[in-house]
Amino acid sequence: MDRNQSHRQLAAMKQSLFDQGYLDEQFIQLEELQDDANPHFAEEIVTLYFRDSSRFISNLDQAMERNPLDFGKLDSIMHQFKGSSSSIGAQKVKAECTLFREYCAAENAEGCMRSFQQLKKEYAVLRKKLETYFQLAK
Amino acid sequence: MNKNAFSSRRGAFPAGLRVLVVDDDLTWLRILEMMLKKCSYEVTTCCLAREALNLLRERKDGYDIVISDVNMPDMDGFKLLEHVGLEMDLPVIMMSVDGETGRVMKGVQHGACDYLLKPIRMKELRNIWQHVIRKRMREAREFGSLKGFEGFQLMRNGEDQYDEGNLFAIEDMTSTKKRKNPDSKRDNKEFGDQSSTKKSRVVWSVDLHQNFVKAVNELGFDKVGPKKILDLMNVPWLTRDNVASHLQKYRLYLSRLQKAGDQDSSSSGIQQSDLVSEDPAASFSFQNPINRQQQNDVSIDSHKYSSDGTLQLQNVDAEISHEGNNLKAIISEATIDKRTELPASIQDTKTRESAQKINDQSFATPDSEASHAAVFKCTNPWRDFPEMQLKKHQPYLSMKDRFSHLPLPGTEHLIQVGDQSQADASIRSDPSVMERETASCIETKPLYAADHTSDYASSVTSIGSAGGFSMQSYAADYTSDYASSVTSIGSARGFSMQSKSFMGNDESLEPVSTSNFGRKTEGLNLNSVSDLESHQRDLLLGGEFPSSAAPLEEDLKSFWLQGERCMNSGLQNIEMPEYYYDPGLAGEVPIHLFDTAENSAVDQGLFIAYDL
Repeated sequence: MDRNQSHRQLAAMKQSLFDQGYLDEQFIQLEELQDDANPHFAEEIVTLYFRDSSRFISNLDQAMERNPLDFGKLDSIMHQFKGSSSSIGAQKVKAECTLFREYCAAENAEGCMRSFQQLKKEYAVLRKKLETYFQLAK
Repeated sequence: MNKNAFSSRRGAFPAGLRVLVVDDDLTWLRILEMMLKKCSYEVTTCCLAREALNLLRERKDGYDIVISDVNMPDMDGFKLLEHVGLEMDLPVIMMSVDGETGRVMKGVQHGACDYLLKPIRMKELRNIWQHVIRKRMREAREFGSLKGFEGFQLMRNGEDQYDEGNLFAIEDMTSTKKRKNPDSKRDNKEFGDQSSTKKSRVVWSVDLHQNFVKAVNELGFDKVGPKKILDLMNVPWLTRDNVASHLQKYRLYLSRLQKAGDQDSSSSGIQQSDLVSEDPAASFSFQNPINRQQQNDVSIDSHKYSSDGTLQLQNVDAEISHEGNNLKAIISEATIDKRTELPASIQDTKTRESAQKINDQSFATPDSEASHAAVFKCTNPWRDFPEMQLKKHQPYLSMKDRFSHLPLPGTEHLIQVGDQSQADASIRSDPSVMERETASCIETKPLYAADHTSDYASSVTSIGSAGGFSMQSYAADYTSDYASSVTSIGSARGFSMQSKSFMGNDESLEPVSTSNFGRKTEGLNLNSVSDLESHQRDLLLGGEFPSSAAPLEEDLKSFWLQGERCMNSGLQNIEMPEYYYDPGLAGEVPIHLFDTAENSAVDQGLFIAYDL
């Protein structure tokens, strides 16, 4: 019972993550790559992502404190961040990256600030959700 | 390195395809590794471009295909792309989260055989083997299109430039031609069978090629045979088969030149027009650079270059050098019949001029890439960018004018254009000049002057990032089918001057393998650079090498350094990578350089220096 329950919970949670747009198709791809030899592949990748991308967040934090903002640099970091986020299917995070880059292109500091804040929020939320998800999956 | 990768592969092709993945994003690296493994490929990953190059160089034939991200911290993906193409001549797939057309275009222009957008699906990776096959086929076609037993023999044996991977491709060529069904097991089997005869690639350096051409000319093109050529060349490590395959390519090249010449009925030397019509893109690219460059009004009357094509070469030559563009086209013309003296002198002057110009340019260009002699291979107009089409062409460069332009204060590149009997171009690069830019003026000798009287084909290879373009003698009007070789050394793409591509690239008549070309050219560029540099004396370009297009100054420097080493090693199968590229140096190409190059490249189409 317990197992079934957690399975269902897992499935439900996953579904909700997709429905709410936190994750996209790429995440499914990750799970499909799992096999007997690599049963926790998706989780490994997600862990790797959050670990690796934290540097982007800190770089961005630093860069955002500059005055005036170096939009080129910001854009460059964000580009990498976006690429990385696409690896796990972090849809909302990716969308926020795109928005941020648009503000950079327009040299809209205000927009960048807001977007960055939103991005960090999305990032944190996703992290939490996925942690829970993988806990359930164990 | 496992030279018999094929035989060790489990399962049918494409299982066991050896893929090198380069991406600074660790997450993606891991994902791609897993995906590729699921496709039964042999995967090697690295997160640094330099490391990737080292790996590639260490194991010359250790990989079948490279997948690389565009944005990497230590080196721009495009640059890596060029290096790989140049040095290893492997198909390269680019990846990026950015699918913006301009970027993709850039990738294509730099020679990528594909451009994938992240997130990448596994099904996209499943089919990457097609690029390997395609490339092999293209290469094989160089052999294959030449009729004759030798061609087939070569194919069969996978001589020369074919290593194991190629072998299988060659075989595959026949089968795929019949039925391009990637899922065919039949094909797979064939591939597997080919693994036995693996031969290492022969690098047809400029010197070696010059030697070859000399031998061919001495024998008389019609009477040549690989054995005789081999004997004349007197290169101990070269085998008859190597020569045979190279001869095939050479013949192909000449036949293309001839065809181009034949096509051009009205105006002399208008191959270009033909080419243009055949492949607008190509001609554009070719033209573009020229147009842009046109500053000097050099009109080529003798060379009848059709408005766009040939002229451009000429113009480019002159102009480029002045403009300090990255691409320099050096046009060396060898007029065989009537202009015997002229050609030689003209060539000299021209080449010299070009060389100088190129040098000037190269040096002048902040971007470093500057003057590269781009050798255009007329025959392959296809590459480049349609948008690059230059409308403004300068009309013909008159030889005389060229002469007057010739001696530029800058570097003295002695380009000796051979006389009809041979096109020996020696380019001496003045080290001081070349310092940053490698603009090696590569003289294009009227290389393929198989027949003194008739086809004197000069190979024109433009090596630019834009893409290899092969311009074959545009000097259509010459009765003798004079082909001037225009060598512009541009960064990148150029045309593969390396032995095989050089001649064979003609097959470029098909709109294709950008990657192929680009890669080859790149290789050449690098080659030439290093060669030139190192020698500072005769670099026989003979068309093969035309350009040392070092996209970046640093690269150039490194090339030169490498060049020294490399030249010393002689004509052997020089390991190009070491030869040309020193990762340490090349790493830091300033971004701005690229940018500039890019702009000019875009303008010039062919003559595109590396751009980012």
